[in-house]
Amino acid sequence: MSQYTRRNFLKGGAAVAGATLLPAARAQGARVKVGLMLPYTGTYAQLGVAIENGFRLALAEHGGKFGGREIEFYKVDDESDPGKAPENANKLVQRDKVDVLVGTVHSGVEMGIIKVVRESGTLHIIPNAGADAATGGMCAPNIFRTSFSNWQPPYPLGKILMDRGLKSAVFITWKYGAGEESLGGFRDGYSKAGGKIVKELFLPFPNVEFQALLTEIAAIKPDAVVCFFAGGGAAKFIRDYAAAGLKGKIPLFGAGFLTDGILDAVGDAAQGIETTLHYGDGIETKRNKDFRLAYAKTFLLQPDVYAVQGYDAGLLLAAGLAAVKGDINNKAGMIKAMEAARIDSPRGPWTMSKAHNPIQDIYLRRVVGKENKVIGVAHKALADPARGCKMV
Amino acid sequence: MDFYSFLIQLLNGVQYGLLLFLVASGLTLVFGIMGIINLAHGSFYMVGAYLAFSLAGLTGNLFTALPLGIGVSVLLGFALEWLFYRHLYARDHLYQVLMTYGLILVFEELRSIIWGDDVHGVAVPDLLSASLPLTDNLSYPVYRLAMSGVCLLIAGGLYGLIKKTRLGMMIRAGSSNREMAEALGVNIKRVYTVVFALGVALAAFAGMIAAPVSSVYPNMGAQVLIICFVVVVIGGIGSVWGALLAAILIGLTDTFGKVLLPDYAGMSTYILMALVLLWRPEGLFKR
Repeated sequence: MSQYTRRNFLKGGAAVAGATLLPAARAQGARVKVGLMLPYTGTYAQLGVAIENGFRLALAEHGGKFGGREIEFYKVDDESDPGKAPENANKLVQRDKVDVLVGTVHSGVEMGIIKVVRESGTLHIIPNAGADAATGGMCAPNIFRTSFSNWQPPYPLGKILMDRGLKSAVFITWKYGAGEESLGGFRDGYSKAGGKIVKELFLPFPNVEFQALLTEIAAIKPDAVVCFFAGGGAAKFIRDYAAAGLKGKIPLFGAGFLTDGILDAVGDAAQGIETTLHYGDGIETKRNKDFRLAYAKTFLLQPDVYAVQGYDAGLLLAAGLAAVKGDINNKAGMIKAMEAARIDSPRGPWTMSKAHNPIQDIYLRRVVGKENKVIGVAHKALADPARGCKMV
Repeated sequence: MDFYSFLIQLLNGVQYGLLLFLVASGLTLVFGIMGIINLAHGSFYMVGAYLAFSLAGLTGNLFTALPLGIGVSVLLGFALEWLFYRHLYARDHLYQVLMTYGLILVFEELRSIIWGDDVHGVAVPDLLSASLPLTDNLSYPVYRLAMSGVCLLIAGGLYGLIKKTRLGMMIRAGSSNREMAEALGVNIKRVYTVVFALGVALAAFAGMIAAPVSSVYPNMGAQVLIICFVVVVIGGIGSVWGALLAAILIGLTDTFGKVLLPDYAGMSTYILMALVLLWRPEGLFKR
């Protein structure tokens, strides 16, 4: 009896294995399989949707084909759960056998994906997660990023502060990867410009009880405060900063995403805060205007920085596939083309660094009304130092 | 730290502690007295905050939103008790954990469908929007002080309700021996329904009055849930004064932990809990 079942099981297993091998053996000219591993539920759900929308817009603008090949999407909701990251990435890589894996938002999940694609060699495009290691110590020829490294956005703030005579600063953030990497970027830029961080203040993530640390800031009296917060915590920090009477006395600067997506929630408390990022409102180029109009028409939504990053992921894949005329199996050729690509992005044109991270302009933005108004370029063509990357 | 900033940090700690008590007060009733492990407590807090956001938007003021929001949350409490919780009183704690965890997921999804995933803000009422200057560059928002006052009122009210009223007597009787209380003619079913609805209303009320300082955002309930359980456990299950004292202890530990030992700030409150439980396994105040 048991033998019988086992034999049956083996037969069944062989049939399944045969079935999964079949598509891979199909003739060239079939669709290119793109896996989207993004958060579709939870806190980052909207970011996942914006990234996918951006990617699909890039595809639509190429007539639905990259390099003459149609695209077939395989989607996995990563739930922003690092614990499930390797399993979810393997669903796309092992089960669906995708040619390209696009994802994700959360840096912890991203490290799980990287572990999988470094082993499988699958082409991988990161449309958001900023963990420095992705294009630093863990960099690989098949891993590309179209967003930013956590180091990049805050780096130019150092020089901006010094130009205004703000020679001492307090940096405050959550004690976790993104916060500490952001601090690293600011510290590099600020000390290079001759400024001094008088105190680094940390809260356990995601604690939002800032009162004790605001009291400390008031006692230290630095020339400026620089911070890294995002989402609901950022909204609360901005409000608490104003309510404690510090706004207007000690200028507040933000590394990265402090004021994105929360301006409706914080109202007046955010007015005048300056942040640095690779995108913002009111970039008056034809490229950006065309993109914003097309996005708004297609999805009936205003695009944000995440949509731009997803869009650029599409443009990057388009450049790679066009160069090899759709031959997805010519991986070396594709990687070469993607390394050399000059992406004509709505944020402004950018190129790939040797570690596969964008060399891009970082903008200085000021909160005016409900907008993060771009008021200048904080740093032209900024490249991440890619510490620990063997490809540099 | 000079003496003056020490005093300010002391104020910060007590104020944070009172806020924690407010958030945990509903759990003191439901977990502490009724004995139900209610993981959905944080969700009720979140519902309150979102109600404040919607109703303050509709009526133009947080003060008018408060009674409406309390009404809605009492109804929600009755409905939930009738549909779900009453079937679990006699069951093992594991069933309660499973069901109330399920409710967290349901509430998060409903929140996403009804309100979306954006961060929202609620304006501080004009009457309380002033700030008191403390030093040359630091001031204290009056709203936070007003919140502390409300927390003390609630602590007093809860204590009075449980120790001095007829309802409180029935609640205590029911929680120590349900069958005996029933045999004496107390309608325990109805008492539990009322207490549960009150617990939901307290959690939602905490969310409502915390909304102007905390903002309103997805998963905000999950952030307060664990600390609420810590408050109730340190205080001693079922004790209102214990919960109040525990909340203030946690507030002070958290505040001074962040200032003096920033590297261990994430652990400080849990170390406090471990120490208290080693010293008094049943919490500071045994019922």
